[in-house]
Amino acid sequence: MTALGLGIIIFGVGLGIGLIGKGAMESMSRQPEASSKIQTAMIIAAALIEGAALFAIVVCAFIL
Amino acid sequence: MRKILCLLICVVFTGTLFASGSEKGDEFDASTLIMHHIGDSHEWNIISFNKGKENELNITLPLPIILWHKGLHIFMSSKLHKIVKIGDNYVLYEHGHFYITDSNGELFDAEGNIYIKNAEGEIIDAEGAVFTDFDKIINAHPLDFSITQNTASMFMGAILLLLIFGQAARGYIKRGGLSVPQGVQLLVEPLVLFVRDDIVYQQIEDQRKADFFVPYLLTLFCFILINNLIGLVPFFPGASNVSGNISFTFTLAIISFLAVNIFASRDYWKHIFFAPGIPFLIKIFIVPVEFVGLFTKPFALMLRLFANITAGHIIILSLASIIFVMKSFFASPLTIILALVMFCLELLVAFLQAYIFTLLTALFIGMAVNKAHH
Repeated sequence: MTALGLGIIIFGVGLGIGLIGKGAMESMSRQPEASSKIQTAMIIAAALIEGAALFAIVVCAFIL
Repeated sequence: MRKILCLLICVVFTGTLFASGSEKGDEFDASTLIMHHIGDSHEWNIISFNKGKENELNITLPLPIILWHKGLHIFMSSKLHKIVKIGDNYVLYEHGHFYITDSNGELFDAEGNIYIKNAEGEIIDAEGAVFTDFDKIINAHPLDFSITQNTASMFMGAILLLLIFGQAARGYIKRGGLSVPQGVQLLVEPLVLFVRDDIVYQQIEDQRKADFFVPYLLTLFCFILINNLIGLVPFFPGASNVSGNISFTFTLAIISFLAVNIFASRDYWKHIFFAPGIPFLIKIFIVPVEFVGLFTKPFALMLRLFANITAGHIIILSLASIIFVMKSFFASPLTIILALVMFCLELLVAFLQAYIFTLLTALFIGMAVNKAHH
């Protein structure tokens, strides 16, 4: 059951971070001069998603 | 030439990992090996030969044990294989815990049964059966402030940082701050400028406040980075899982939590506890969420660094274990290639996690000290 939960978490996180990466790359190719700002924003958004995922992993693997 | 060098490095890297494989008889237990390597210990294992066989040879660096039980007691971990006298009492080290005991090394449980250590180093009960359920033991514990492997590795990282930055600082004193950087300054200056300009100045608007936080954030960045990198060195002075240790990341997260909340502006607290401009009914939900958010931010910081670094160590060790699980030399090319790729990825992760930890701390500090935009 834990493994299934972890699989679902990774599915969601992969999708989320993948979409962020896609968005960032598209906007960077449109506006290369803004890449550094986009990169920072991308990493912050990815880190926030990852944070939520880490909570889910802790609950799934250590608490339940 | 370069290709040969690369191959040689791979072989040395993976070779040292193989050397640390712990085999008990014929059975190889990968998860025990991995858990042992990502954990902490009281002595620093340099290299082992013939593990699990009769002529087993372990070369270890003993580390100081510092205990507090009715006074301070310091001795080396090489004494730990038997009972050690501290003051009027004796102390026994078993399965990661210290127990206060008497001169016979007796351990008690709540029902009054007595367990002692036999000649083979196993704990046995009165009938001679091996005892493993150490949660039942009720002997007192001394307070443990020992310099463990992780602590020693962390000290090494700190000393290395002091040497590198001290050398760079001497260069700036001698030649002036605006001169062309030379030697180790070439390594330090881009890092410092990167942290200052691309992390801190971007997140904290007020220049004076930003300059106030630059030293802390720079220390944070370099300290995490150097511990990540030392953890990636696969032989003796490295290979400790320092930044993948939850106590290490917990301490860093606590310091960040304090840095955010001590210097927070009045606006910041007002937005957390009163949430101005929001209807009362929604406030009932928003305020608890905001309050919990104070603690989840450092909690996520703590878990992110811990999980990323530990996962990296686990993956590299698992790849090295493939050979022992398959029991074949033909698995080694696969292992070497995969381990090399993972090492490269982990180098990236070492930088990225140091960057993210610093960036998010700077972001939280920025949220707390920046003037609110209305």
